[in-house]
Amino acid sequence: MSDKKPSAKKSSDSLKALKTLMGYASPYKKLFALSLVFALISVAATLYAPILIGQGVDVIIGKGDVDFDKLIPIIIVLLVTVSLTALCQWLMTVCTNKITFNIVRDLRNEAFAKLEKLPLSYIDSHSHGDLISRVITDVEQVSDGLLMGFAQLFTGLCTIVGTLIFMLTINFKITLVVVLITPLSLFVARFVSGNTYKLFHKQSVARGELTGLIEEMTGNQKTVSAFGYEQEAQKRMQELNLELSKVSVKAIFFSSLTNPTTRFVNGLVYTGVGIVGAFTVFSGGITVGQLSSFLTYANQYTKPFNEISGVITELQGALASAHRIFSLLSQEEIPDDRYSKVLEKIDGSVDVDSVDFSYTPQKPLIQGFDLHVKKGQRTAIVGPTGCGKTTIINLLMRFYDTDKGEIRVSGENIREITRKSLRSGYGMVLQETWLKTGTIRENIAYGKPDATDEEIIAAARAAYCHSFIKRLPLGYDTVISDSYSTLSAGQKQLLCIARVMLCIPEMLILDEATSSIDTRTEILVQNAFAKLMQGRTSFIIAHRLSTIKEADTIIVMKDGTIIEQGDHKSLMDKNGFYAQLYNSQFAIT
Amino acid sequence: MFKLAKYLKNYKLQSIFGPLFKLIEACFELAVPIIMADIIDTGIKNQDSSYILWRGGLLVLLGVLGLSCSLTAQYFAAKASVGFGQELRTALFKHIGTLSYTEIDKLGSHTLVTRMTSDINQAQTGVNMVLRLFLRSPFIVLGSVIMAFTISVRLTLIFLIMSPALAFVIYKIMSSTIPRYKRVQKTLDKTSLITSENLLGTRVVRAFSRQEDEKTEFEKNSEELRRMQLTAGRISAIMNPATYVLVNLAIAAILWFGGKTVYAGSITQGEVIALLNYMNQILLALLAVALLVTNITKMYACAGRINEVFDVHSSVSDEGNSTVSPVSGAPKVEFDKVCFKYSSDADHILENISFKASAGETIGIIGGTGSGKSSLVNLIPRFYDTFSGSVAVDGVNVKNYPFGQLRGKIGIVPQKAVLFKGTVRENMQWRDRTASDDQIWKALDIAQASEFVRQKDGQLDFEILRDGKNLSGGQRQRLTIARALVGSPEILILDDSASALDLATDAKLRKALGEIAGSMTVFIVSQRISSIRGADRIIVLDDGRIAGIGDHAQLYKTCGVYKEICLSQLSEKEVAQHE
Repeated sequence: MSDKKPSAKKSSDSLKALKTLMGYASPYKKLFALSLVFALISVAATLYAPILIGQGVDVIIGKGDVDFDKLIPIIIVLLVTVSLTALCQWLMTVCTNKITFNIVRDLRNEAFAKLEKLPLSYIDSHSHGDLISRVITDVEQVSDGLLMGFAQLFTGLCTIVGTLIFMLTINFKITLVVVLITPLSLFVARFVSGNTYKLFHKQSVARGELTGLIEEMTGNQKTVSAFGYEQEAQKRMQELNLELSKVSVKAIFFSSLTNPTTRFVNGLVYTGVGIVGAFTVFSGGITVGQLSSFLTYANQYTKPFNEISGVITELQGALASAHRIFSLLSQEEIPDDRYSKVLEKIDGSVDVDSVDFSYTPQKPLIQGFDLHVKKGQRTAIVGPTGCGKTTIINLLMRFYDTDKGEIRVSGENIREITRKSLRSGYGMVLQETWLKTGTIRENIAYGKPDATDEEIIAAARAAYCHSFIKRLPLGYDTVISDSYSTLSAGQKQLLCIARVMLCIPEMLILDEATSSIDTRTEILVQNAFAKLMQGRTSFIIAHRLSTIKEADTIIVMKDGTIIEQGDHKSLMDKNGFYAQLYNSQFAIT
Repeated sequence: MFKLAKYLKNYKLQSIFGPLFKLIEACFELAVPIIMADIIDTGIKNQDSSYILWRGGLLVLLGVLGLSCSLTAQYFAAKASVGFGQELRTALFKHIGTLSYTEIDKLGSHTLVTRMTSDINQAQTGVNMVLRLFLRSPFIVLGSVIMAFTISVRLTLIFLIMSPALAFVIYKIMSSTIPRYKRVQKTLDKTSLITSENLLGTRVVRAFSRQEDEKTEFEKNSEELRRMQLTAGRISAIMNPATYVLVNLAIAAILWFGGKTVYAGSITQGEVIALLNYMNQILLALLAVALLVTNITKMYACAGRINEVFDVHSSVSDEGNSTVSPVSGAPKVEFDKVCFKYSSDADHILENISFKASAGETIGIIGGTGSGKSSLVNLIPRFYDTFSGSVAVDGVNVKNYPFGQLRGKIGIVPQKAVLFKGTVRENMQWRDRTASDDQIWKALDIAQASEFVRQKDGQLDFEILRDGKNLSGGQRQRLTIARALVGSPEILILDDSASALDLATDAKLRKALGEIAGSMTVFIVSQRISSIRGADRIIVLDDGRIAGIGDHAQLYKTCGVYKEICLSQLSEKEVAQHE
């Protein structure tokens, strides 16, 4: 973004994007050629129609002077030409649609597949909204602007060239009139669109500010009314509203100039052709019918110019979008580990040997981290909010790779085994419960899609979900989604536990909830956790002191780094940060 | 939709003259083919160059007049539609400001934002389009037919058959494609949902190694999308060719029957050309109508949604209430047999709640999710009205207070830590617009926020981004606590507001609150025993009923629910500690 020569960079980016996009179009080469042929035929036929009509007019001269013998074949040819045009036009659109939507599907699938293959560091460091808009909006923009635009551009250019040729075959002088006046239309169109663009930009800035305020105030209406801030909010809103209105009137007015002004220029061309044409007719240069063909052309001539200028603006936007998509697609993926060793027997031991890790090289976080866990042991990770407890999960699950040192599971360096086999050894329950839009059954079976109903129900029972699931109107077939809020946070967490229960992994990563689970459910969650942990190696992001005290090892974290490590007793004896944290729980107000 | 028309009343002139000028322009445009026919029939036939030039000049003049009319019309339309949008926005914003929590819950704040923004923008665009095109296009169609009528009554028949035929074809195609495109949009939304869900759950997806399956699901969806787009595209691609064929059929008919009429001598060659031109104009006008119809249906839907919001009226109102004076000797807050439910046909959220809280007392409220804790404290500032029973503050029923006076007594820290774009100072002055920096710092001290605020650039002038994005969850929460403390409220309500704080900070906060409390009545809602165990009295809620009131030691002995909660969070030894 902070490039010194943005325009130069932009155009080379666009070219690259265009080239890459061509690659996506290449499987549809034949279809593409076909659509060009249809386009050519339909343009030629469209342009031929006015000539035929002109010829028709020419045989209708006056009272008693109409040559019906000539008129009939002309009308027949006209109807055939028109049918051909219509057919080719339709086929052309169908072809371009097919190309477009196929490419869109390919691009989207590839972009989505990419998201599944990107390292988590990329996903964590990029706004989800931006990534989604690349997969959805940008692809849409490419299809609208680039692919559809190309078809319009092509027919537009053909129409312009074709019209010129047809006009030249009739009369040079009148053609000259058309060619000379038309640039006026381009000039006006450019003037209008240039101003419109600027004003629309201003409008979108003003609108953005107003929308921002509305999202804040209306989105948090409860807070606004709790503080009696309505009047103030109204005042601030009205100020921005007024600003927006001022810009909007100008922007809307300017943008609505396009039609009347081009109509006006069209009118000028029309009149010019009419006058010059009329003089040419009585000097014998053309017939009245040919004049009428000319008038039709004059009416149509500016249209493709306007279309093309519209397409070009869209094209620029589309190329920028294409560039954004391709820059996502060209991101480095997680290296393929298909040929790595598959960890088959997991004994539950985890060894961390002098591991260094940081998210950015400038800010070292974890240094010389050692941890040796035997089967069935518990490790509690504690620390204040935002101290980076998830970093440990990231390393254990190999969502991130260590900078130095190694982590071994069952004696195997986790870098030398497949991620799939490593991760299948862990059961993970995070505080931010994530459930897929889908049935409860699908969600419980997420880690084992081929699980039988009995297995699913057994897991649900073990995680204390069965009774509340049974009470839902559709039981296990209830579809849960973001908007389906009948489930409480605690129930969602129980479902996540059931999901892990079904897989029976050797090692666990658990995240205790801080709050917002109701106490009864919380007891269930704890019991479920306890059941899960029996005999399994577990790593717990702990908030409950009882959990912490029972752990074999406690890792104390602060500001992203590990500051103390040991069991409860040794840490209390040390009288350091942990001891302070522990005591604070019992400070009485 | 017509309900919203009242927001145009200040722009009556523009709304009437805009379309009127459009009509005048249309008249000028309709005159063009006739004048051209004159040039051909009279000018060319008589080889009269001055006639041709005169008529040509007339055409240019009509063009200029048409342009100026049209520009005026566009300006009026822009002015009126923007004014409409502005007034509608102000009115809706004001209306939303009067809604109580009940209505906000029902409508959803996300919905309200959409109504305020994109729906009003769409409606504004719709008004603009209507003012510009609604009269013009039908007028051109009608005018063309009339002009054809003045040329030849018999040939007008072609127009009378073809115009409805064209309109019918356009209507048919659109009524088939519009619902299809709606479905396309829905599938696209689903695509977007799958993407966002996968980004959110990327750790879980990977933990279970389900990437391939997610990909397959996505591909299935995008294949479906492609199929739908193709079908919809195939149908909408008929529009142009079909109308083109129809118009040219009409042209062929004009040539044939026109030829016959010319032969009979009732019309001229130039007039045939004029008829051909009118036919083309009808096509253009009808296509514009098609575009307009799409926009009007959208606008209609938006207007409907906006009206839905206008139709919701606040169920809690302070109209007619004047400032009340406290009853001396009355408890600060008193609940008397309060029952509450969110709607009359819903289950009770609170049942038969009675208690008194005096000045200076700290009341802890604990209970499971859905036990009614938040609902209980939300009744004090009258965010909701009770179903039966009464809530009194200073001995006066909250229903008799003006909102300003009642809520002015109360500092509330909502569950969701919401901050607004602006400086720390601006955010701190929400309760008390005139609070001095000293007062703000004092509040920040108590809320354990002054340390990090001091570290920020500009301190009180530090710019908070929207939604407090440049602050951590804990920092946001501490600032919302400080915000409630500014201006020394008589009643402080902490609605589960320490959830993002670590235990140590939470403890410090409670200690500091205890020191300044004085006559302030504090309500602490929490799930954490540690947050409320030090309170003077604790209200234990169980499924909307009071399961016990008392201090920690009392309740632990006498209240089963309370003991159960305690033991779920602390070991037995810890419960007993420090008693």
